[in-house]
Amino acid sequence: MSGFETREAQTPGHTTTSYDWDFLVQDDRVHRSIYADPEIFAAEMTHIFGKTWVYIAHESEIANPNDFVTRKLGLRPVIVVRDSDGRLRVLYNRCTHRGTTLCRQERGSARNFQCPYHGWNFGNNGKLRGVPWPDGYTQDIRDERFNLAQVPRVQSYRGFIFATLNMDAPDLLHWLGPITRPIDEWLDRNPGGKIVVCEANRFKYKGNWKLAYDNSSDGYHVIYSHRSLIETENRMTDEPNKGMAYYKNSPDSLAMYVQYMGNGHHFKDKRPNLQPRPGGLWALESLHPGMEYYESEFRSRYGERADSLLDLAGSEPVNINIFPNLSLLGNHIQVFEPVSVNETNAVWYGTRIEDVNGDIGDALEGINALRMRTQEGFPNFGEVDDLANFEQIQRGLDCLEDEWIYMNRGYGLPDRIKHNADGTISGPATDEVFMREYIKEWKRLMSGPAHLTIQREP
Amino acid sequence: MSAEIKDPSRSSYYVDGDFYRTLIERFDDWQDDARIVNDHIERDMFRGLLEREARLLDQHRYESWLKMFTPECVYWAPGRPGGGDPRTEIAVIFDDRRRLEDRIFRLCTGYAWSQAPRSRTVRLVTNVEVFSTEEANRRMVRANFIINEFWDNETRLLTGWCGYNLQNTVEGWLIQAKQINLIDCDQCIRNPSIIL
Repeated sequence: MSGFETREAQTPGHTTTSYDWDFLVQDDRVHRSIYADPEIFAAEMTHIFGKTWVYIAHESEIANPNDFVTRKLGLRPVIVVRDSDGRLRVLYNRCTHRGTTLCRQERGSARNFQCPYHGWNFGNNGKLRGVPWPDGYTQDIRDERFNLAQVPRVQSYRGFIFATLNMDAPDLLHWLGPITRPIDEWLDRNPGGKIVVCEANRFKYKGNWKLAYDNSSDGYHVIYSHRSLIETENRMTDEPNKGMAYYKNSPDSLAMYVQYMGNGHHFKDKRPNLQPRPGGLWALESLHPGMEYYESEFRSRYGERADSLLDLAGSEPVNINIFPNLSLLGNHIQVFEPVSVNETNAVWYGTRIEDVNGDIGDALEGINALRMRTQEGFPNFGEVDDLANFEQIQRGLDCLEDEWIYMNRGYGLPDRIKHNADGTISGPATDEVFMREYIKEWKRLMSGPAHLTIQREP
Repeated sequence: MSAEIKDPSRSSYYVDGDFYRTLIERFDDWQDDARIVNDHIERDMFRGLLEREARLLDQHRYESWLKMFTPECVYWAPGRPGGGDPRTEIAVIFDDRRRLEDRIFRLCTGYAWSQAPRSRTVRLVTNVEVFSTEEANRRMVRANFIINEFWDNETRLLTGWCGYNLQNTVEGWLIQAKQINLIDCDQCIRNPSIIL
């Protein structure tokens, strides 16, 4: 089966020409309304969460044919399914009869989806299989216009599934561009380059989704927003050296850096702060349940290999932020889900490893047990404070007359920003250059036309 | 190993493979009608213990609350109904003794913005059932809870049920494991930063 033949161009959801985008998004500041105006949020659901590639699920969540998860593409309820033929599809979770959502489970395995309202039945490729009492229709109801709408372009990069409604968007690989390098490195440090999603720490906050994306490479907030975390992680040492304590003195003079990667993506690389040796990552870990037991066990059983085994449980010090809604950090896959102009879900999916090459052996249970505990640390003791601050930004934005949000840290300073040959832009760790650059991409998408397309099986 | 190094407030040697296996086994299929303790005095004793725990937390008396736990304890909020396997799945919370003390330390730093100002809570503990185990000095207890939490100008409910593994020691009955089963544990939760 080669795919779709039916295409339907939707009517443009929102015209955005009434906004003066050059006024709202300036070189070093943005207007409060881009976070607070419900009409701009509504336009984002087509111009961002529709027109560009959006992360939708990880392949390990739907590992086998017929597996599905239900998600949102922007606000559209969708079923992300590996159909009976093994093909990844993003189906609109909407019965073509009366609009009911078909599937109300968050995950499962199903060859077909039957509408709970009148019983219309769809295969997991989206085709209508049958309806109750078909003789009540003048013609065969199994017409292609009654097949489920689906997202026309679904592509996966190394397990990360993205979808877009824009037929003119570049190919996924081209759109990811230079950010594939840190993604590859993030994956390839695990055996076989493989990770498996394993539940999540799930948050919601009363704030705009971009507040989380703005924060995702922000090295400036760390020492203050996360002060309780850093103090806690270092409460047993006189010389703070655990977790993100390296931000304490003069972070901009360290080798870590922030890099704008194009197409809205950005990257914070703190790996240069590590001791460059096996165990260098583990040495940075603060205190986690079971760590002394497993460390001593690994050292006695595996000798020199222990350090690299422990590093597999360590939290990789990177923030790989893929516009608009995906952030790989530590060992987490964090996803930002817009709910309304001032509500967002932030889901921190955990990952575990598998013994793909057979060289982990019976260390696997311990590595993953430790890896779960290292991953629970930041969401519990760090993220909650960021979210409280995001909510308070949203509240501050109710001051209508004080219109501007500044992204000007580092702006205009000579010799601070480096334009690289591959088109990326680097700066010191606390620079806001990544915000200034990604918001230009946001402006480009918001101010241009959005021609979105759905398709149905013929 | 010296006694100081083995102090579970300072280091974590007890959370090993056997610890996980025993925990999972104890919290699997334990609510057996045949094991319900019908003795009213005993049930009332455990009810009193849980009511005291709720009061200590409502009053932010964390040091006293910590003393209700065995040294080698666990404070566990699974990330999906049924509990799952904490060795291979992320939990909402999985604290050993030291991380539980971290949790309280953080709240007391003065820089925990998610609790500045801090929440006010009133906890209701009810439907207390006591289950015997194969060991005379160990009980499993189930109780439902509602935490009324006032924070940021609104009052919300956090609700669910807890499973406790309690050990009878020279200091009386202590909590070895507290499993907090939030009714919405696999959903997005706003500001989950109080002690449950």
